[in-house]
Amino acid sequence: MNPELGQVALILALLLSGLQCLLPIIGAWRGSKPLMATAPTLAIGQAVFVALAFGILMWSFWINDFSVAYVAQNSNLSLPWFYKLSAVWGAHEGSLLLWMLILNGWTVALVVLGGKLPEAFFARVIGVLGFVAFGFLLYMITTSNPFLRLFPVPPNGADLNPVLQDPGLVFHPPTLYMGYVGFSVAFAFAIASLLGGELKSTWVRWARPWTNVAWGFLTLGIVAGSAWAYYELGWGGWWFWDPVENASFMPWLIGAALIHAQAITDKRDGLRAWTLLLSIFGFAFSLLGTFLVRSGLLTSVHAFAFAPSRGIFILVYLAVVVGGSLLLYALRAPKVTGGKSFALASRETLMVIGNLMLTVACAMVLLGTLYPLVGEALDIGRISVGPPYFGPLFLILMTPLVLALPFGPLSRWGKADLKVWRNALIRIVALAVTAGIIGFIVGARGGYQLLGITAAVWVMAGVAMFAIKRWREAPRGKRYPFEMLGMMLAHFGIGVFIAGAILTTSMSVEQDVSMKPGANVDVGAYDFHFNGVTETQGPNYRAQQGTVVITRNGKHVVTLHPQKRTYSGGQVQTEAAIEAGVFRDLYVSLGDSIGDGAWSLRVYDKPFVRWIWGGGVLMMLGGFAVVLDRRFRLKRAVEPETVHAKPEAEAPRKLAEGEA
Amino acid sequence: MNEVARKPIGRFVPLIVFAALVAFFVIGLVWNQTHDARFVPSPLIDKPAPEFRLPRLEQPTQFVTKADLLGKPYLINVFASWCFACGDEHPTLMAYRDKFGLPLIGYDYKDAPQDARAWLDRHGNPYHEVITDQSGDTAINFGVYGAPETYLIDAEGVIRYKHIGPLTPDVIAKELEPKIRALEQAGT
Amino acid sequence: MKRLLIVILVAFALALSAAAFAIDPLPFKDNAQRDRFQHLTRELRCMVCQDESLLASNADFAKQLRRQIFDMMQQGKSDKEIKDWLVARYSTFILYDPPLAPSTIALWFGTPVILLAGGIVVVVLLRRRTRPARTLAEDLGDDW
Repeated sequence: MNPELGQVALILALLLSGLQCLLPIIGAWRGSKPLMATAPTLAIGQAVFVALAFGILMWSFWINDFSVAYVAQNSNLSLPWFYKLSAVWGAHEGSLLLWMLILNGWTVALVVLGGKLPEAFFARVIGVLGFVAFGFLLYMITTSNPFLRLFPVPPNGADLNPVLQDPGLVFHPPTLYMGYVGFSVAFAFAIASLLGGELKSTWVRWARPWTNVAWGFLTLGIVAGSAWAYYELGWGGWWFWDPVENASFMPWLIGAALIHAQAITDKRDGLRAWTLLLSIFGFAFSLLGTFLVRSGLLTSVHAFAFAPSRGIFILVYLAVVVGGSLLLYALRAPKVTGGKSFALASRETLMVIGNLMLTVACAMVLLGTLYPLVGEALDIGRISVGPPYFGPLFLILMTPLVLALPFGPLSRWGKADLKVWRNALIRIVALAVTAGIIGFIVGARGGYQLLGITAAVWVMAGVAMFAIKRWREAPRGKRYPFEMLGMMLAHFGIGVFIAGAILTTSMSVEQDVSMKPGANVDVGAYDFHFNGVTETQGPNYRAQQGTVVITRNGKHVVTLHPQKRTYSGGQVQTEAAIEAGVFRDLYVSLGDSIGDGAWSLRVYDKPFVRWIWGGGVLMMLGGFAVVLDRRFRLKRAVEPETVHAKPEAEAPRKLAEGEA
Repeated sequence: MNEVARKPIGRFVPLIVFAALVAFFVIGLVWNQTHDARFVPSPLIDKPAPEFRLPRLEQPTQFVTKADLLGKPYLINVFASWCFACGDEHPTLMAYRDKFGLPLIGYDYKDAPQDARAWLDRHGNPYHEVITDQSGDTAINFGVYGAPETYLIDAEGVIRYKHIGPLTPDVIAKELEPKIRALEQAGT
Repeated sequence: MKRLLIVILVAFALALSAAAFAIDPLPFKDNAQRDRFQHLTRELRCMVCQDESLLASNADFAKQLRRQIFDMMQQGKSDKEIKDWLVARYSTFILYDPPLAPSTIALWFGTPVILLAGGIVVVVLLRRRTRPARTLAEDLGDDW
């Protein structure tokens, strides 16, 4: 198959996306049913061609077609087949094609599942997604074409970077992009509502399941990236506040705020303008992340290879998409505030405070990430901003949120029962303090460890209390609707994450040791015994493999085999050996041969490190669970109110009807 | 229940903030075109060069110290046989070695002396003198973190200019030579 | 002769391939000193890397600086003295913890300012939108 067909497919997709943007939106504007009806067809057409292009690129990797420059740069004859396939998104051009594929995936899902949405609104949503696709395809075709050819054809490719030859590459980018790109749906819904001048907020209810799923995937993607860095890089770290990591964390924070703001707008019709704004911000930060990572502006281990044209184009794209949206917002956002009133002590207030802290945290991360650029551009010296800045500030900003977290679900909408708050506060404080004392007795030392225990118990006890209260008060069969279940899972996950993050940071033991075969070292409660190093071989590498036997109180726990691999391309890579456990990880990394048969080794005892990702997975499950709730099933096509609609007097009746 | 419409000026705030952000990025991209972010300005400019005592490549039993070089400005060029970019820079150094009007001292960084000698034999020796720093400990005092790097040191032993990365005729004309002339005029 | 050549070649190849890894056994006096060392080097940037700390980096430069820092700790230098020493040679770029200086005022005070601004917006919003609790009807629907 001729790789040039891939280029043709992309150009056809570009044309279709242009039509997908123009025709349905003009149709919705003019009320032309035939034009609006083109939306599904154009969207599916574009998806087919993008999928075709993606398939052709993947095929080129499969058959080792090194005449395609991208394949030659990222693959190798001896690369295992699953890495050949995931190498498709291992570098800039291919990752953009994955981005496009996933955007089309979301669009097709909308076409299939969104049939009951009002015609004009649906047309606008598809149109907006067409606009997003058009810009991205143009970007790809003009600056980042994956189908460029290479003559003369090299006999073998350069090889995929060994760091990327890992299951992590199979999972991390696709799930991450599902999240990033998924926020485009909430974005499209918001823009469609602004374009159509919707007065009512029913569109928010339609947007909620899509937003929750996107946020869930983003959570999974970040967790996958963190876990991958942990076992791949060999220094036991799971988060470094690296600019590219921050680029994924900012949309996550906005997304977390957004799913709560959407809940308020959906149920109480409040915060309409804020929900619109956050919907725009969510996707804006996704695009911003894409820009930062490929612009060459940031110093990061993750940064893609860049060319000036790539940076400029994405900036223009960002300016147009986000600038245009914010202009539309400024001109057409609902000027009338509304929604059901609420008291100062209420669930609404707590959620607003939560939104505030999440948004400020996002701004803080943005400030710290961009500040080195300020230093350079304004010539005030080169400044580095790293974990000592982000860590403490994030902790401080999240403290009010964590403190308020148990009380949100326990509060009612509109007016919270202060007696409930008081009783809950007393119980939660008691539980958290007790847990702290128990922790101290069991051996936890240091303010940080005790903080981790009390904060985690604070959150988890809050969720448990709510669950028990609900069990007692709600009728059988209606106890835990999916939306509530999702909330409980996610909030509990936060508690688990807090425990993992704080305890692992404060309790980890890490040592570099030089050991001769037969030597022992104590790490925490464990005994590490080194049995020497042998040679071994893999599909495309040779390795030095060490053997370390770990015992505890004389009983054998595990035998680990850390490796130092030399790949066919010459690169050397350490593969750490990890014994994963629910309550702790044991970790050994092989260093250098020191001479005399002795080797340097790094050994770790990392308590509770899996709770970091476990907490993240619970948050993801929570996000996914929410969408199963009955309230999100569209029973019949609902016609939303528009600016040309009936007068104020009828508004309350319409409002009541809308809550079907 | 619904309040009267308020003046929606606040609605424009996000757009304005975003526009400022985009402007900032444009400045950043422009800056990136003219600078390499890996090259960090040295805090030792206009400060005394560190004391050093390093063996000569030609005669390792003899040493060159900072005191030996006082009285006349000179250039130190940090290079190594394992450094690819030094190979890029080499033709320029060969061409300019006498045009500087100053001694050009090669600083062999974290290199085995025999590798350095072999490299210079193969490519040619542009240096008036070569000193070696095998451990790289002295280089830390200069703030060296890679090769090639070039220092201009005046007659009093004060660092006046540092360039990170290969010297090109462009850099020499626009930055190095003006600095050298400034030193000559100041009479140091 | 041929055997010697092979030995030399192998030694040379090993020398090239044995990248200095971050794994660097140092003879710490005790756990406290090791913890202090790890904490300090975690906050320092490896100047030749694309965003890695001195503790984590495999680069030769990082290994050399770790040794240097270890020696200075053995000599009794404080953290501040060590950081000042490094900054004098490599500029503040080497510190992941940006010092509070005129050039970093916006960085350190930016977040509190944003929080304050956001807080004011929220307070204004709540004052405008909330009603005293006694005026609100009991809203028994939890609306799940």
